[in-house]
Amino acid sequence: MNTALLIAQALLGMAMVFAVIRLLRGPRAQDRVLSLDTLYVNAMLLVLTFGMKSGTTLYFEAALAIGMLGFVSSAALAKFLLRGEVIE
Amino acid sequence: MSWAAGTLVLLGALLAFLGSLGLLRLETFFERVHAPTMGTTLGTGLILIGSMLHFSGIEARPVLHEVLIGVFMTLTTPVTYMLLVRAALHRDRAKEEARSQARAEPGAAQESGR
Repeated sequence: MNTALLIAQALLGMAMVFAVIRLLRGPRAQDRVLSLDTLYVNAMLLVLTFGMKSGTTLYFEAALAIGMLGFVSSAALAKFLLRGEVIE
Repeated sequence: MSWAAGTLVLLGALLAFLGSLGLLRLETFFERVHAPTMGTTLGTGLILIGSMLHFSGIEARPVLHEVLIGVFMTLTTPVTYMLLVRAALHRDRAKEEARSQARAEPGAAQESGR
C-alpha cells in the first residue's frame, strides 16, 4: 500500500511538471488555461493521495476546495478569452 | 482491501500521468484538449474509489464522502472544456479575419495578438 502510494505520488508529481512545462511553453492563451486546469486536477489528486497516506479525512476538504477553485478559475479564464470580460 | 485500494490509486495516477504527457506531446490545441480528460474522468474516479476503500477499511464503516468530489468533477469538467473550446474557436476565427484584413489592406491592421 505504501509503495503504491509513493509511486502514485511520483507519477502525479511528474504529471504536474508536464502541465507546468506546457503552461510555460503553450503557444496561445487557451493552451495555458487548459494546462492550468490540468495542474489543478493533478494537485487535487495529489492531495487525496497525501490524505490516504496520513489516514485523516482533513485532506479531503482541502481536495474539495482545490477542485472548486480550479473550476471557478478555469471557467472565468475561458469566459474571459471568449468575450474579453468575465461578467457582462 | 489494502492492496485493492493501492492498485486503484496506482491506476488512477497512471491515467493522470498519461493525460498530462498527452497534453505536453500532442501537436495542436484541439488534440491537446482530449488528453487531460483521461485524468479528470477515469483517473479521478479510480483514485476516489481507492480512497473510499482505504478509509472504509481504516474506520471499519462505509466512508462515502468522496462521491462528492466525483459528482462535482463530473459536472464541472465538461462545462470548463466546452467554454474553453468555444473560446479557442472564436479566437482562431478572429485571428483569421484579422490576417485576411491585413492582407487586403497592408499596413493598416495589426495581427491580433496571442
